[in-house]
Amino acid sequence: MSVTDTSTAQGQRRTTRAGQVVLVLMKRPRSAFGMAVILLMVFAAVFAPWIMPHDPFEQSFDGLSLVGAPLPPGGEFPLGTDLLGRDLASRLILGTRTSLIIGVLANGIAILLGAGVGITAGYFGGWIGAILMRFTDLMMAFPALLLAIVLAAIFQPSLLIVALVIAMVNWVQMARVIYTETRSLAERDFIQVQRALGAGHLRILGSHLLPHLLSSILVFGTLGISTTVLLEATLSFLGVGVQPPMPSWGNIIFENQTYFTTAPWLVFFPGVAIVLLALAFNLVGDALRDILDPTLKGRH
Amino acid sequence: MQAYLVRRLFESALILLGITLVTFILLYLVPADPARQIAGRSATAETVQNIRDQLGLNDPFFVQYWRYLTALFQGDMGRSYLQRAEVSELIAARLPASLLLMVAAIVTELIFGLTIGIIAALRRNRPADHGLMIFSFVSISAPQFVIGILLLYIFAVKLGWFPIGGYGTFAHVVLPAITLGFLGAGWYSRMMRSSMIDVLGQDFVRTAQAKGLAKGRIILRHVIPNAVLPIIAMIGIDIGLFMSGIVVVESVYGWPGIGQLAWQAIQRVDIPVIMGVTMVSATAIVLGNLLADLVAPMIDPRIKTK
Repeated sequence: MSVTDTSTAQGQRRTTRAGQVVLVLMKRPRSAFGMAVILLMVFAAVFAPWIMPHDPFEQSFDGLSLVGAPLPPGGEFPLGTDLLGRDLASRLILGTRTSLIIGVLANGIAILLGAGVGITAGYFGGWIGAILMRFTDLMMAFPALLLAIVLAAIFQPSLLIVALVIAMVNWVQMARVIYTETRSLAERDFIQVQRALGAGHLRILGSHLLPHLLSSILVFGTLGISTTVLLEATLSFLGVGVQPPMPSWGNIIFENQTYFTTAPWLVFFPGVAIVLLALAFNLVGDALRDILDPTLKGRH
Repeated sequence: MQAYLVRRLFESALILLGITLVTFILLYLVPADPARQIAGRSATAETVQNIRDQLGLNDPFFVQYWRYLTALFQGDMGRSYLQRAEVSELIAARLPASLLLMVAAIVTELIFGLTIGIIAALRRNRPADHGLMIFSFVSISAPQFVIGILLLYIFAVKLGWFPIGGYGTFAHVVLPAITLGFLGAGWYSRMMRSSMIDVLGQDFVRTAQAKGLAKGRIILRHVIPNAVLPIIAMIGIDIGLFMSGIVVVESVYGWPGIGQLAWQAIQRVDIPVIMGVTMVSATAIVLGNLLADLVAPMIDPRIKTK
């Protein structure tokens, strides 16, 4: 009974803390802008079928000029059409789904992997820690994009594979941060006391270490979505990411690249979409770091 | 310091060894058959098999890896499957172009990054600061291929100030260098800003003010030099960013460097060339990190090197 009581109380305290953080985020102009963009994108991704003005896969007869060139923005096609006469606005809206799905999926895997490796190496130390961290160093020295391209070329790219490839490249940063923090936490008295009391490793990790690491995971997890979105766009632009006809902002630019001198909107609008989403997560992540890390107070 | 240097050198060598192994495993897994690529479409199964034998592709993994490693130690990175040349020659021919691009990008990002950071710090929390910091957020959120294509469109196609891609004169370097340095300019401006703010808050600045030195002189002679040092120490780390960046930037601008070489090799499964470029890039990254680690304690003696 008493156990349930404290856990509810703790639960409530955490909710109010989360509520406070959201409030502060909404008060700062930069992070409020970021949150608004993210909400808008999530809305577009979820309700894509209802808000797309056209069928994003339909190669419309009216979608090309008399000489077969893409149409500029305006009129029936608000953002113009692509080289196959498909509505660009609709493809961008559906592309929001691709970006967010990969952003969340790839970043989720990277967080699990990175935090897992970081906590394990930091808590256990010794030869396990040494091996894990040397491997992390090794992955850090790898030219990230080259590695991602080679991985994507090995496996036939599907949405899941692209997400996995990005996660394989992006977990390293998280592992480093969490490792350093776990190391310093593991030395502290309250963890040593738990050890002396004979608490199991899992219990110490789960109930005593993890709560202290959550804010870092949140900060770097948010910033990581931005990196993920950019990497997905780049892979798709190079033709080894999300495959057409499934639209992604990167592959829209890839498909229409040859037309950029005559139809610049086919690069401009998807480009703006990528920058906006990456920017939004960067702004929110940066604000979170400000709010959650007391050592940075007053420096910004 | 010497023990530290030896230890770091040893670690770097181990990391490079590990990278050869990981790259080799990855390329070993490539489903496309290089022998078939070389033989062409009309080749018989027998020809393909012969080529596989010649290249040693039928040997067990560790035999192939050991052969690669011993050759590498003698400076031999193998021959390209598709171009009639040694990998080391191909890379050596392309390296100057990439180095030129990287140096130009470092200059660009330092000029933009440091200037923006200094102005933002001096105008802290005023409109200029907010505007500049938003610019730096945008620059770290913009993919290089988008920046590259848009710069090409505006300054080469529309205004005609610069050539549309290619290599050779100073005018050819400008747009690729800005594209490659754009991301770094964002990072440097943020780091420079907070470094400046740190230094501005230190005691010696107050002493200088108390002595009655002119404000401009304090900033030029005392604040900026102290704030720049820790930033300069980080240039080594940029090499990792550049090694990824050149693949995209060189492909957008048709720049004949190792990024383009790698990209062509990946598309055609030219494994020795992919291995070679990966190793050269990884070596550059490891050396860059090593340099950063060695320079940092020289600049700031408070950093321990045990």
